[in-house]
Amino acid sequence: MTEVVLPRSLAALFPGMPHRLTLDGEPATVGEVIAVLDARWPGVRDRLCEAGPTLRPFINVYVDGEPARFATAVPGGSTVHVLPAVAGG
Amino acid sequence: MTVAQRLLVLVGTRKGAFVLEPSTDRTTFAVNGPYCSGWPVQHMTLDPKDGALLAAAGSPWYGQAVWRSEDLGATWTHSSEGLTYGEDGPAMRAVWHVTPANGALYAGVEPAGLFRSDDGGRTWQHVKGLTEHPSRPGWAPGNGGLILHTILPHPADPQRMWVAISAVGCFATEDGGATWEARNKGVRTDFLPGPAPETGQCVHKMALATGDPERLYQQNHCGTYRSDDAGRTWICLDEGLPSTFGFPLVTSPVDGDTFFTVPLNGDDRGRFMPDGRMAVWRTTDRGATWHDLRNGLPQHDAYLGVLRDAMARDTLDPFGLYVGTSAGQLFTSADEGESWRLAVDFLPPISSVEAVLVDA
Repeated sequence: MTEVVLPRSLAALFPGMPHRLTLDGEPATVGEVIAVLDARWPGVRDRLCEAGPTLRPFINVYVDGEPARFATAVPGGSTVHVLPAVAGG
Repeated sequence: MTVAQRLLVLVGTRKGAFVLEPSTDRTTFAVNGPYCSGWPVQHMTLDPKDGALLAAAGSPWYGQAVWRSEDLGATWTHSSEGLTYGEDGPAMRAVWHVTPANGALYAGVEPAGLFRSDDGGRTWQHVKGLTEHPSRPGWAPGNGGLILHTILPHPADPQRMWVAISAVGCFATEDGGATWEARNKGVRTDFLPGPAPETGQCVHKMALATGDPERLYQQNHCGTYRSDDAGRTWICLDEGLPSTFGFPLVTSPVDGDTFFTVPLNGDDRGRFMPDGRMAVWRTTDRGATWHDLRNGLPQHDAYLGVLRDAMARDTLDPFGLYVGTSAGQLFTSADEGESWRLAVDFLPPISSVEAVLVDA
């Protein structure tokens, strides 16, 4: 299982999306984690990714505390944090 | 306005969308919002096909989207499905404008391009003919980015449309978007050396004259203009205005010779109201002469700006005018600009204002 922690500002965009959730199965990469989320809440991928696909410039992802990219591996039992970067005004 | 309709004023801001409900005499306004999760909203409109409200937006974190509300703002959904240039194209940042036309919706985006939706904004298709224009490699951004901010459908011919891109200029199609022609002859480019090129003009806003779709008006970084031949050539209308620089331009809904601008003090002098005195300027003779409208607008210490989509008019009789400032005030006139009042204060910086009629 994979634990995912999402920004509250993202969860607010999708009715029923929790801030923290556990994914069944074993998504192997950050991209697969996002695909699982997108299947449950269509449109999540567009909010987190640009064409490529690649993570949006101000979306930071960490796998077990380490900075990650779209293709970064997600070992079983990992915790994936999705965090908005410091930006805006 | 019929008995069964009511007026709403849609306000897009740097920190979300607002829906304002005016009193019957249009002197007081109830403020609803902010909506769209506080995203920067560049423009809002109404889809006349089904009465949905639409908001063109772009979040610094979550990207471009068109938001949609089917209950006048109470709840919203968002989509960017199809709003992409694909893996080989530039990353999209924001949607800047959304306009209904011919039963569809059109969206202008950053970096500049045009997209069409036939399902109310749920999915979008790229109108590739525009970005396949031979001038595309030379398109360069203005201070606000490389943005397609104006979409003008011909009122009778679905094959014809104009768009405006900063800092590229005016383009027109007469074959439903398959091919486009740059139409900027006569528009200055004071920020470039030598004669003005075919494209590279910093158009800020463009509008069709009411009742005459061959006549367009344009507020540019470098002057105010009129075209009497559908944009093929432009005539400068600066004489009588306090500066050559401003952003919005709004036409009268009843008189094709009348339109309004908000000149600022200059592109390199702060871009605020000349002498700190706020005015909307009106011409009733296609730009030959100008008259400043100040009654009720602040006449000292008003160092305000008004952005390209932040002025609008309604279609009531007499028609009302609405001006949103970069400092978050909304000034309104219920008598075609003769008198004004501060209707709402303390909103976030205002990007856009639209006045729409909805079923009561």
